[in-house]
Amino acid sequence: MNNILEQLGHCIEFGKINQSSPYPPDMKDMDGADELARQALKMGISASEILQSGLVPGMERVGVKFRENKVFVPQVLMSAKAMHAAMEHLKPFFQSGEVARKGKFVIGTVSGDLHDIGKNLVGMMIEGAGWEVIDLGVDVPASKLIEAIEKNPGCLVGLSALLTTTMINMADTVREIKSSYPSQKILVGGAPLTDNFRKEIGADFYSPDPQGAVEYLQSVTEQIMKLLDFSNIAFETWVFCLKNLLVAESLPPTGHGGPSCRPGD
Amino acid sequence: MKPGECPELWNIEHREEVFDIARSYVEAGSDMIETNSFGGSRFKLRHYGLDDRTRELNRAAAEISREACGCERIVLGSVGPTGIILMTGEVDAGELYEAFGEQAAALTEGGADAIVVETMSDLEEASLAIRAARECTGLDVICTMTFEKTVDGQYRTMMGVSPFEMVPVLKEAGACVVGSNCGNGTEGMIAILKEIRRADPDVPVLIQGNAGLPEYREGKTVFNEKPEVTASFVPDLVKFGASIIGGCCGTTPQHISLIGRELRRLRE
Repeated sequence: MNNILEQLGHCIEFGKINQSSPYPPDMKDMDGADELARQALKMGISASEILQSGLVPGMERVGVKFRENKVFVPQVLMSAKAMHAAMEHLKPFFQSGEVARKGKFVIGTVSGDLHDIGKNLVGMMIEGAGWEVIDLGVDVPASKLIEAIEKNPGCLVGLSALLTTTMINMADTVREIKSSYPSQKILVGGAPLTDNFRKEIGADFYSPDPQGAVEYLQSVTEQIMKLLDFSNIAFETWVFCLKNLLVAESLPPTGHGGPSCRPGD
Repeated sequence: MKPGECPELWNIEHREEVFDIARSYVEAGSDMIETNSFGGSRFKLRHYGLDDRTRELNRAAAEISREACGCERIVLGSVGPTGIILMTGEVDAGELYEAFGEQAAALTEGGADAIVVETMSDLEEASLAIRAARECTGLDVICTMTFEKTVDGQYRTMMGVSPFEMVPVLKEAGACVVGSNCGNGTEGMIAILKEIRRADPDVPVLIQGNAGLPEYREGKTVFNEKPEVTASFVPDLVKFGASIIGGCCGTTPQHISLIGRELRRLRE
């Protein structure tokens, strides 16, 4: 049982989508994430186990390698494609509620900015870490983010900006969200950003790479778990707890997180 | 310009301002000036619903720069990336080729002397743009890519391309000048330049660095590499084989003027 999940993780890490996919060349004709996820379910492994012990560790290894500049955007995109191929098989279990995700993450590129590469990478990594990602797209006004926060209580929010000119809109967006929801956690990222900028605009977290965002989200989850002192917690309870406990001051930042964009378009 | 506005639309709606900016660089001593058309491909303009004005906006961009610099200096028609990653399958290579060709042709109509394909990170997209520009205009094509420093001190584009790998591919596609633009400041360009030269001792190289990394101060973003600092790297850039030196994000006419002064000093 562990063997197939290990193989699945390997396919995610190296971007092997399915058997017919030519990438990576050294895995030619081997089963990909698509086939292995289907087989794992057939073998009776739970969707939750497949997610947690197959997909999540695979994506995590990609995220770490990306941070260390051992792989670049193309490899991450192939990994994300492999992940999505496997996720397709798990979808019914998410929809039925049999598998709870770790939480909801709302992401968008700030108003005035049309760049989506960095935002998409962060979204993929966070999805691959077991979160439900609600992607609002590019050029997202604060009002649309606030609407999403209302619809998804307990969500965390990630904002992306690529341009020095739209960084300023990010500041306004954070201010608007925080004036309605002072305890809303907001992660920021993008090529021109720094942690200093993050502090100035009052956002909660910044990372130059997507894996940082994943780790930050993880740290938030762990803190909540610790506060509650038990780990098998239903999603609804989790949401309720997040909503009530996640006040800006109560959680000192650990690790480093935030969506990231890079120059290039 | 406010964030969210289409920069290329300014070629029509704020023609005077764009002209004044172009003119200010001519007056600072530039031998070559670019056009305000970096995001002028049909795929970029589509975000603003302006894709059906691709020809008009690019033509106007080149006309402005032409008028600003007269016949003595060179107008480089700027072509930036489409923001689309080919391997995602969103569009195919043929569509990208057509879009780049359309933009380059319109820049030529407006009076561009050569095309500069810049800020590229993907070799396939860069190659398509070079081929399209050459085949649709017959002009010389320059291509520069944007590198960032990795944690182990190497330079790579967002897509993982090194300066060394870049050179033969861009030349093969038909670029007559290769190089690097944008990035984290002029200093890093020296290492990039050395690597380009290691790949090819003869190809002409264009270097256009940013004026450092942007910083956010009191509601404004500022680039912190002062003109004197940029100019101080010029001797090394010349020494290691740069053929053309310019400026990218954050470089003002003052930066260009001091680069020019440094070059004249070195020539004496």
